[in-house]
Amino acid sequence: MSDTAIRPRLERRPLSDRLGAAVPLALVPALALAGFLAVGNPSTWLTLTVAGLAMGLMIFIMASGLTIVFGLMDVINFGHGAFISVGAFVGFTVLGWLAGWTADPRFMVNLGAVFIAIIASMAATGAMGYAFERVIVMPVYGQHLKQILVTMGGLIIAQQMIHVIWGPDAIHLARPESLRGSIVLGEAAIEKYRLLAVAIGLGLFLAMRHILRSTKIGLLVRAGVENGEMVEALGYRIRRLFLLVFMAGSALAGLGGVMWGLYQETITAHMGSEIMVLVFIVVIIGGLGSVEGCFIGALLVGLLSNYTAFVAPKVALVSTIALMVAILMWRPQGLYPVVKAK
Amino acid sequence: MLRRILSGDMPRNRLLSALLAAVALCLLLAPFLFPGTKPLETAARICIFIVLVASYDMLLGYTGIVSFAHTMFFGIGAYGTALALSSAGPSFVSILWGSAAGAGVAATLALAIGLFSLRVKAIFFAMVTLAIASAFAVLVSQLSHLTGGEDGLNYRIPRELTPAFRLVEERVFGVRIDGRVLSYYLVFGVSLALFLAMLRIVNSPFGRTLQAVRDNAFRAEAIGYRVVWYRTTATVLSAVMAALAGSLLALWLRYTGPATTLSMEIMIDILLMVVIGGMGTMYGAVIGATLFILAQTYLQDLMGAAEKATSAVPLVSMLIAPERWLLWLGVLFVLSVYFFPAGVVGRLRAGKS
Repeated sequence: MSDTAIRPRLERRPLSDRLGAAVPLALVPALALAGFLAVGNPSTWLTLTVAGLAMGLMIFIMASGLTIVFGLMDVINFGHGAFISVGAFVGFTVLGWLAGWTADPRFMVNLGAVFIAIIASMAATGAMGYAFERVIVMPVYGQHLKQILVTMGGLIIAQQMIHVIWGPDAIHLARPESLRGSIVLGEAAIEKYRLLAVAIGLGLFLAMRHILRSTKIGLLVRAGVENGEMVEALGYRIRRLFLLVFMAGSALAGLGGVMWGLYQETITAHMGSEIMVLVFIVVIIGGLGSVEGCFIGALLVGLLSNYTAFVAPKVALVSTIALMVAILMWRPQGLYPVVKAK
Repeated sequence: MLRRILSGDMPRNRLLSALLAAVALCLLLAPFLFPGTKPLETAARICIFIVLVASYDMLLGYTGIVSFAHTMFFGIGAYGTALALSSAGPSFVSILWGSAAGAGVAATLALAIGLFSLRVKAIFFAMVTLAIASAFAVLVSQLSHLTGGEDGLNYRIPRELTPAFRLVEERVFGVRIDGRVLSYYLVFGVSLALFLAMLRIVNSPFGRTLQAVRDNAFRAEAIGYRVVWYRTTATVLSAVMAALAGSLLALWLRYTGPATTLSMEIMIDILLMVVIGGMGTMYGAVIGATLFILAQTYLQDLMGAAEKATSAVPLVSMLIAPERWLLWLGVLFVLSVYFFPAGVVGRLRAGKS
């Protein structure tokens, strides 16, 4: 008998592979460093970086809904922009009702008003997502071309309905009292609202990661992404899960809409479709369907557009396209490709 | 003879043939049948959009590629002609080289986009083109010293094409044959030629291969067709056609700006026209563009009248106000994707055979 028993051999992946998987994580600090070199002035750089992070995290909020819907359901929702607009308009209406709260100088009262506006618009867009899934998306599962066309039609209808309900003019939306202005850190002026946006975005990212990685719903969602039929065979009603995810994605768009509306302070029915370009760039960079990739993509886009807006204003939007092209050259499926997205 | 001109792709339905003949006849005789400025504007617009929609259908319907960058190529053609006319003066030579340059730039850009991103999924490609097209629109409005920014470019066209020019002194069937009519016939003739060329392309072996690629790219690849090559070629061809349509528009309007060529609304209009007419049929472009532009021009008046009639009912009158016509178009769009996935032409053809 030989003493060489057959042992399972676990091969470690080569170092280059493991490093390669971690490279996307290093992109954000690398970009921040490059930005520092290009800007030169530390306090300006700090202002720009916080602004970029805030913008990136707001885009992340909007993009995360789109990307999880695609990841689980293989549905691309070109009407996602409509949810963003509707969210902003509902948020605006609620903030208008709470005028007494927003004019109050106390921070917690202001925060309460914003919180109520967010809850209201998430509820509204979640309900809208329910209707959208039932009426518009359900008949065309699995047919990408029709999905694109039909959700585009849904976008037109939703935008026009905003015109009917709120009128065609742009609406000015003032931030609550204590979220206006900025705090001075050293020589860098940082807008208070951006700090709030960073906090909400980060909180959302951590919560999503937790839900997807450590809860049963997250387990089912991940399993559904890998193999929906198998999950169904195990006795889980995946259609109901689909609906839930779609509503969650729509509600996230509503949240993003409120945040973005308060950031821009002017809302129009078309704001959603305008921001959708950045949202698409972010989900493409991240790899459609991946929350982590979406997060990194959003930070990259936010930082890059703020740095370029300062250094070379004319190339600001084109720079994000260039970033997308560069990343797709390097990884054609995005930074963190999801198995299903072939 | 007719079969030869139509490249063997007959309408194959009596009603459809009648409709197409009516459209062709009305467009051919537009200056005599419908005198006045607005009808002529509408007719020229229909001609140009037939070419544009047909070129988009070559991508969407025949090859199964969803692109949102089609207005970009349209705009490139328009700006090519506009820039040539405004910098080199109003002559036919500058129209020619302007259109050629526009088509060339469009082809190069389409080649780059095609080679770069056609390997990816349909959905990916749709989003990439959307991003590129909007970046291009921003670029055009930023480079205002070249393109006139949001205001666009106004320029003069050769004198022979302006209303001041008279071909013959006396009226023909009560219509004065001025440069505007000549200009219309130029638009009509070039549009007809381009449309027939596209009909030829989609009915050639190359066009059949495109359909094979659309229906099952994997199988087409397995038989030995280089799918990426076919998709890229289709993208380039349709970009060139769109650019030429853009040149015609620039020539006809004597104005080129982002709103008339590059806006997202036009892209959505094109999509609607393709879907309403019927994807994957060149004749669908004719029917779709005609119906859509007629509705766009005349339905709003009708809706205005309806709004006045129902002004007592609050919500209804708001819903049928003329500005809301896009809402109804959206509803129509969604319904037609569900219930008439083959569009008017597909429906008619299916009903017959």
